[in-house]
Amino acid sequence: MNEFLTAMVGLVLVLLALGLVRVLRGPGDADRMMAAQLIGTCGIAALLLIGVIGGTSAAIDVALVLALLATFAAAAFAECARRATQPETLPETERP
Amino acid sequence: MTIVPALDLFVAGIVLIVAVWTVAARDTMSAVVGFVAYGLLLALVWVRLGAPDVALTEAAIGSGLAGALLIGAATRLRAGEPSVSTERLGGAGRVLAMTLSAVVAAAVAVVLLSLPDPAPSLASEAAANAGVTSLGNPVTNVLMAFRAMDTMLEKVVLLLALLGVWSMARDHAWGGRPRSCRRADPEGPLVLLARVLPPVGVVLGISVLWVSADHPGGAFQGATILAAMWLLVLMAGLGDVPAAGGRRLRLVLVAGPAVFLTVGLGGLALGAAFLSYPPAWAKPVILVIEFAMVLTVATTLGLLVAGPPERSAER
Amino acid sequence: MSVVLDLITIAAVSAGVVFFLAGTVGLLRFPDTLTRLHALTKADNLGLGLVVLGLLPQVGSLRDGLKMICVWLLVLLAGATVSQLVAQAARRDGPGSDGAAP
Repeated sequence: MNEFLTAMVGLVLVLLALGLVRVLRGPGDADRMMAAQLIGTCGIAALLLIGVIGGTSAAIDVALVLALLATFAAAAFAECARRATQPETLPETERP
Repeated sequence: MTIVPALDLFVAGIVLIVAVWTVAARDTMSAVVGFVAYGLLLALVWVRLGAPDVALTEAAIGSGLAGALLIGAATRLRAGEPSVSTERLGGAGRVLAMTLSAVVAAAVAVVLLSLPDPAPSLASEAAANAGVTSLGNPVTNVLMAFRAMDTMLEKVVLLLALLGVWSMARDHAWGGRPRSCRRADPEGPLVLLARVLPPVGVVLGISVLWVSADHPGGAFQGATILAAMWLLVLMAGLGDVPAAGGRRLRLVLVAGPAVFLTVGLGGLALGAAFLSYPPAWAKPVILVIEFAMVLTVATTLGLLVAGPPERSAER
Repeated sequence: MSVVLDLITIAAVSAGVVFFLAGTVGLLRFPDTLTRLHALTKADNLGLGLVVLGLLPQVGSLRDGLKMICVWLLVLLAGATVSQLVAQAARRDGPGSDGAAP
């Protein structure tokens, strides 16, 4: 069984590497954020598989933290994009 | 089973490619996304190297908090980016930069190659004395007991970093709040996330701290998760950052180092040395320090990402 | 019994990886941002869900199993919100976004 799961880790890692191509090519920031999200999910899947293969529950803990913070970068990105398009919401900051 | 080393090599190769690309990318935002992916891959590498404590830190800091911080910075820098990217270094400057880089690379290579083999290590002594604190996790043992001085000073360094960020404030905003996040659409996804995720995150953050006595985890990792949850609430505009001049905030900020220092001085007065814990009470004392530290570190990290004050305290 | 469980694992994990493959291919091959976003959520929701489902019979303890289900639920939440947030951002600064901002 472990041989099969290890092969699956390999496949997921190859897919993760393919997802990186989209991060490199873009073209937009939104595409890059999306690719980062897919890479995150692939990484989580790889961690879960590794955790089960090795019987290490610490890998599952790491996956849990990654899953919890998976939204964090994207939320910051969306917030900054919103802020950048609506500068009038910052009355005091642009004062010289 | 030759597939496992092959996979490890594969991951190492991807890490290298992403690292080079992150440095070489022209566009700041692409470099930031590359850095987030890099943090995630590093977490994977640390798990494979059998260092889950480090992997947890990397997962929380590298692909979470640092990503948000850098995205904020990239958005701010974007306005000035076209003018910067058209600037070119002159011939002499290029030669100088290349020489400097080559010297640094050569120095690092020389140092690495001249390391003694096997490298000096205190690991065996740390493992041999693991019983004295009744903690099961050797990493927590080292951080909180054997090298407690370093850990305490790290927290002071974090505070100094926050002071550095605060000192970027303009005069009229000194002691005030960072720039506001406009309240997001109350029906929107960000607000939903900021309402649903923090309860889960707070439980996970505290549990990462709590299990660190015997399992991978720790105060810093837990604090990073808590800080991320706080920042999420701030980003959605559901709360406001406390004013930097507020007394309560400042008390929280010094609580961790203060408790640590008190325990250290108590060790000096009652026990053998600075930061020596009474053997029977080692575990509870360490837990008290860790809980005070979590509060301080989470607040400090949150404020570091939130940035320097830009609104005066009256508003 | 363990043969049946192993078969479930092999079937579910393979299916999950197929969905990951579909998501990745979509992310690489689809022509524009919003269609790529559509491909992404398949990998998040179904791919990881099936992998978790397949791994459940193999975990050593109940705690690890529960943690895995939590991972999947968190990724579901993340996938749903992130695709909304990214779509809003893409619509705002993508081509043909005139007046499309909410």
